[in-house]
Amino acid sequence: MKQHHQPLEDHVATIAAVEERPATPVAPRRMTLNMGPQHPSTHGVLRIVIELEGETIVKAEPDIGFLHTGIEKQCEVNNWQQVVTLTDRVDYLSNLANNLVYALTVEKLLQLEIPPKAQWMRVMLAEIDRLNSHLVWLGTHALDIGAMSMFFYCFREREDILRLKEMISGQRMMTSYIRPGGLALDAPRGWDTAVGKFIKQFPTKVDEYENLLDSNPIWKIRTQGVGFISLEDMLDLGVTGPMLRGAGVALDVRKTEPYSSYEKFDFKVATRSENDVYARYRVRLEEMRESAKIIVQAMEGMPEGPFQADAPHVVLPDREKMKTQMESLIYHFKIVTEGYRVPAGEAYVAVESPRGEIAYYAVSDGTSKPYRLHMRTPSFANLMALPTLLEGTLIADSIASLGSMDFVLGDTDR
Amino acid sequence: MTHPAILETKQALGETTLIADPARIVDLCRYLKDSENFLRLDTITAVDWYLTEPRFEVVYHLHSLGQNPQSSIEARRLRVKCKLSGTNPEIDSVTSVWRAANWYEREIFDMFGIGFRNHPNLIRILMPLDWEGYPLRKDYPVHGYKYSYAKGE
Repeated sequence: MKQHHQPLEDHVATIAAVEERPATPVAPRRMTLNMGPQHPSTHGVLRIVIELEGETIVKAEPDIGFLHTGIEKQCEVNNWQQVVTLTDRVDYLSNLANNLVYALTVEKLLQLEIPPKAQWMRVMLAEIDRLNSHLVWLGTHALDIGAMSMFFYCFREREDILRLKEMISGQRMMTSYIRPGGLALDAPRGWDTAVGKFIKQFPTKVDEYENLLDSNPIWKIRTQGVGFISLEDMLDLGVTGPMLRGAGVALDVRKTEPYSSYEKFDFKVATRSENDVYARYRVRLEEMRESAKIIVQAMEGMPEGPFQADAPHVVLPDREKMKTQMESLIYHFKIVTEGYRVPAGEAYVAVESPRGEIAYYAVSDGTSKPYRLHMRTPSFANLMALPTLLEGTLIADSIASLGSMDFVLGDTDR
Repeated sequence: MTHPAILETKQALGETTLIADPARIVDLCRYLKDSENFLRLDTITAVDWYLTEPRFEVVYHLHSLGQNPQSSIEARRLRVKCKLSGTNPEIDSVTSVWRAANWYEREIFDMFGIGFRNHPNLIRILMPLDWEGYPLRKDYPVHGYKYSYAKGE
């Protein structure tokens, strides 16, 4: 009979021989990992090509452009007031911030004076929008890290905010409510009651989030000390918003260059010094509390008066007037068919969006269409820091680091 | 604020614009960052003045955090412009001054076809890698169909 198995002694001998063999250094094998473009935690269509050595990221190269829709090109063929609807679609989680910065840019070129009521409404809506954006961020970020229930709590409040937006503009997301010259409509009846009801209970909801997450040891372990990026790197790479404030720099356009009467509101700029994912979470939580305060102030001190500028050549006339007065009919016809002309020149206006500094650069050649409209979007600038943020960290931490940046891919690719 | 690369200074709508010599843009940017405290590069973009010459304008927006009150510039923001010819437009990259310039310059290359000398990785960023034409140029059509699938990278 043929013997198939070696005797046991032979085995022992081989193992011993292997152990005696000098260890040859093996070069660490690099692995390339393709993350996205359809990865649930990239929050949109972002592709990152990651090179790994073991579990450590050695190189991360973001690949963007999957959501590029040529908005800047489309702006050049639409007239100034049609562009408002395009700005909604840039950053679809904080569309009012985009409406606002566009309106401010055009108003700067037109040198329009905006009545106080419109300015205060704008502040109020921008802050409601900030709450909306931060809630989506908090819910999805916690979901990425594994805290599922946060998502439901955050989206419960977000639903209230979407209802408010629907109440005021008829749209839940793409509101186009802030327009050059003022607002689209006056606030509807019952608006104050609805906002008041929401904002009265909102701070307790923030406390609820805080209790839920801060009493969770896993959340703390996965966020504290994770996602560090030096302050010099951030300034050099143009990072703004909660990421920069999480590193202790109180850079907030609302304070440094107040627009739309932000100087009349009493609020603090939230900063932290840890410069990690946890710090960014605390900054955003604090910003939600401050936003709630601003909304209460705006509601209590809302000035009386018109909600649109006294500029019949820019602002669409009241429906009633349009049907009864000849001048209004002419203006209406001119604005709707040709659009209003904007004096030749250029303007650059920045505002603080929930994600950081958003700025529009508009060039006009004196016609009724923008000659060039460039959008400096916070997600694009912040995403540039992604390789620096990820390189040298563990692949498991990349999800937390990525989420803490809070980018919107529509905002990045435009 | 004086620098040999500054050709002209303009004031309009409360914004300061410097028209700069494209050949010495890196020099100027280095000076603005180090001596005038413009720590942050906000954005770079371009404007196509089609049918005029020089055709392109590269526009830099700088931001000062105001940490240096001794700085001779009052404004926190500054715009720097360089005019480039329509035939073979090229300018030096400022990535050596601010790393933030990297993606903005790639975007301008992608959209306007303006080259940046000494850029570390000048490839298309938003459009597919094998795309033909430069979409934000004024002679590029707004309508029409074109399909493209990126060939292997």
